Amino acid sequence: MILAGIEDEDKWLAEGIAGIQHNAFYMHRALDANNLRDALKCSALMLSELRTSKLSPHKYYDLYMRAFDELRKLEMFFKDESRHGVSIVDLYELVQHAGNILPRLYLLCTVGSVYIKSKEAPAKDALKDLVEMCRGVQNPIRGLFLRSYLAQVSRDKLPNLGSEYEGGEDTAMDAVEFVLQNFTEMNKLWVRMQHQGPVRIREKLEKERNELRDLVGKNLHVLSQIEGVNLEIYRDTVLPRVLEQIVNCKDELAQYYLMDCIIQVFPDEYHLQTLETLLGACPQLQPTVDIKTVLSRLMERLSNYAASSPDVLPEFLQVEAFAKLSSAIGKVIEAQVDMPIVGAVTLYVSLLTFTLHVHPERLDYVDQVLGACVKLLFGKPKLKEGRATKQIVALLSAPLEKYNDIVTALTLSNYPCVMDCLHDETNKVMAMVIIQSIMKNNTCISTADEIEVLFELLKGLIKGLDGTAADELDEEDFNEEQNSVARLIHMLYNDDSEEMLKIICTVRKHIMAGGPTRLPFTVPPLIFSALRLVRKLQAQDGNVVGEEEPATPKKIFQLLDETIEALSSVPSPELALRLYLQCAQAANDCDLEPVAYEFFTQAFILYEEEVVDSKAQVTAMHLIIGALQRMNVLGVENRDTLTHKATGYSAKLLKRPDQCRAVYACSHLFWVDEKDGIKDGERVLLCLKRALRIANAAQQMANAVSGTSGPVTLFVEILNKYLYFFEKGNPQVTSAAIQGLVELIANEMQSDSTTPDPASDAFFASTIRYIQFQKQKGGVVGEKFGPIKV
Amino acid sequence: MVLVLALGDLHIPHRAPDLPAKFKSMLVPGKIQHIICTGNLSIKEVHDYLKTLCPDLHITRGEYDEDTRYPETKTLTIGQFKLGLCHGHQVVPWGDLDSLAMLQRQLDVDILVTGHTHQFTAYKHEGGVVINPGSATGAYSNITYDVNPSFVLMDIDGLRVVVYVYELIDGEVKVDKIDFKKTTAATHSAH
Repeated sequence: MILAGIEDEDKWLAEGIAGIQHNAFYMHRALDANNLRDALKCSALMLSELRTSKLSPHKYYDLYMRAFDELRKLEMFFKDESRHGVSIVDLYELVQHAGNILPRLYLLCTVGSVYIKSKEAPAKDALKDLVEMCRGVQNPIRGLFLRSYLAQVSRDKLPNLGSEYEGGEDTAMDAVEFVLQNFTEMNKLWVRMQHQGPVRIREKLEKERNELRDLVGKNLHVLSQIEGVNLEIYRDTVLPRVLEQIVNCKDELAQYYLMDCIIQVFPDEYHLQTLETLLGACPQLQPTVDIKTVLSRLMERLSNYAASSPDVLPEFLQVEAFAKLSSAIGKVIEAQVDMPIVGAVTLYVSLLTFTLHVHPERLDYVDQVLGACVKLLFGKPKLKEGRATKQIVALLSAPLEKYNDIVTALTLSNYPCVMDCLHDETNKVMAMVIIQSIMKNNTCISTADEIEVLFELLKGLIKGLDGTAADELDEEDFNEEQNSVARLIHMLYNDDSEEMLKIICTVRKHIMAGGPTRLPFTVPPLIFSALRLVRKLQAQDGNVVGEEEPATPKKIFQLLDETIEALSSVPSPELALRLYLQCAQAANDCDLEPVAYEFFTQAFILYEEEVVDSKAQVTAMHLIIGALQRMNVLGVENRDTLTHKATGYSAKLLKRPDQCRAVYACSHLFWVDEKDGIKDGERVLLCLKRALRIANAAQQMANAVSGTSGPVTLFVEILNKYLYFFEKGNPQVTSAAIQGLVELIANEMQSDSTTPDPASDAFFASTIRYIQFQKQKGGVVGEKFGPIKV
Repeated sequence: MVLVLALGDLHIPHRAPDLPAKFKSMLVPGKIQHIICTGNLSIKEVHDYLKTLCPDLHITRGEYDEDTRYPETKTLTIGQFKLGLCHGHQVVPWGDLDSLAMLQRQLDVDILVTGHTHQFTAYKHEGGVVINPGSATGAYSNITYDVNPSFVLMDIDGLRVVVYVYELIDGEVKVDKIDFKKTTAATHSAH
């Protein structure tokens, strides 16, 4: 029968419906005529249609609902004794004459409900009678629907406290007994369904069986609605009996559904007070039951309950909810050996969420959950599976989100152990989550010890993990990660100089182990962090006289020297050169001449040996000249050495224009426009003349190559430098020299061989305008510029 | 009326983790027509962030910039004003107004914007303006001690430019306003 196709089933349903309609028609006629005998006959015939075994549960439900509607009318008729003239007691006897058991029981239930309502029989006895008699139908589908009918018609007639059917002291218990019995029988029928039908369509049948679950679950709902069911009755009777049935039925589908049902229909405070009983059932369930979802929902409900009012929190403590949940989870994981890791981790995520909600102050609970997770994962191959790692990330992220403070998470001793169980990729994802949390909350990590712990967590980013070959990494991802680490370094800070130095040393120790690919990212922020400390110590200078002060600029510079050296051997010479120059200037500001000189020397060595790209050389040269120009701590000899080098290298740049610009920039090395600044007018002029020679050479070379002279920009630039020093009062730079230069440029521009260049023309014009502007100023300046004719 | 955001020397992530949150909440997309950045961003993420504020982004190269394709100098015309942009490490002595004036003449611009010193300055000079927006992150500098984060917003309207400087001092944003008017005599119509 079950093998029949959908079409056949539709046909059978249609026939069943037709049968019901046909008999219902005659039943209506009998009802209208108040003919009890015919009414009973027709209704029995109508109900016979429910005896079919040909329909799937879904279709059977359709048929049942039609019969159900008709029975309502019959019930109305039964209620009105004046219409049929038979007492309800007799009626109850009369319907038992129906030939077939199924129609008989439907009719009995219908009359029975009226019987209870009439109060001629105690509800308790009538219900007991009915629930016993229904045992006569053992076909699962027919039995389930029959009992469902019984539950439906008896629902509003249960002997309830305060209900009109109250009958004695144990009324609530009577109602409970009735529903529990009906529930038990229904569940047995439901569970038995799985053994019916051929194996090859078992899956489909199970799906159909699942559709009937609410018929069984309805009983639990009814139980929860019985007013008299207080905590005692629930704890002592309802829950143990329901759980007994659930555990004993040994059916995965029923166990999962009914456990969930209990959690959803009964009040949270009952769950809290019966946690032990409820949780005790979990390990006894079939190993395939999706217990993690059940428990997760329970914990979710309890979390929400805890959040609903602070008044309920003592209850949680009183019943030791956390300890009970924690131990139950442990037992479930032990009992369900086949539970995938993801399931177990999900359970711990739920438990963690629960404790973060209910006991946010109990960090030891959080750590316990993490510890349990470590125990679970330890010794197993590192997690690779997507859903499991996602859950782990959720597990580790939850405390960060809750506390908004990494420092709290750093106190959790199991946190790093969980990180260690992660696969490299996930470890890095988690490390990034941690950094982002720090950045988002602007958390300052202020002790070297905390940083030790933090860097242990982040070691996947900072040192890299074994087994990840560099070429496997996506460059963009790698850069993003390392830039995050660089940003993080600025969040490691303490106002106390001693602790700050410790922090710098700790950070240094860790990042130096990062290897050549990471150093260019991590060294610069460390250097600048240290230079900030130097600046601070420098400001404090003098305040700590006589005291043993381990954090001195000199010591820090020593550290930085070694750090940058590591960077230069990476090799990242251009970056190292810049950092050396930064340190040189900082040392200059600390009045540490030898240190500053040493840093400059290092910069020059890098320039000589490592900076090979001509464009990079130009930039490096400008930086060297600019920095050197600002150095005021150097003695004459050291200064001469360095300026000599600088001018020498300037003149050796690859392109003539670059040479020329670097050389005229060098003129500023000999003229510092400050009080007590060097003012060596002669050497300024030497530089400018040398620049002019180079500009000439550049011009000639352009001529030789292309037959036309290059643009005169360089000459205008030098003219401007002449004007600069002229104005600053350098006696070597005369108005005559400027006059000569102006004329030279003017001639060059008019020359046919010169490449026309509007930019140079504009530059020259604005320079001339400037001279005129100065001449018109009057006073000392005007007088000074007077001799220059433009 | 055109709004131009001028900023530079962010030095992210070498010297600062990010722009100050207060600045970030002020700088919203859709309000600014042009961004000029003197350089030292230093990484692509910062470039991308600026691009979200305003797609018309002009950047010159600082000595720490990851992207080596930024030019050393750049000029652009906005309304009646010609603007010049340069990081400034190329101009020795660093931050020296007279030396920057030479660059202004060379680029032949009304407004020259440079950086490098991390010190906000705005000078009227020979009929033009020389502006340094400072460091938007308040990054460490050898040249300037106690750097406050700052940036500049220029409101260009006809021959008038109002320079607003936003400076973060002890967690509070202070705004200063400097007004410049371009005299027709100073316009370089000859070229």
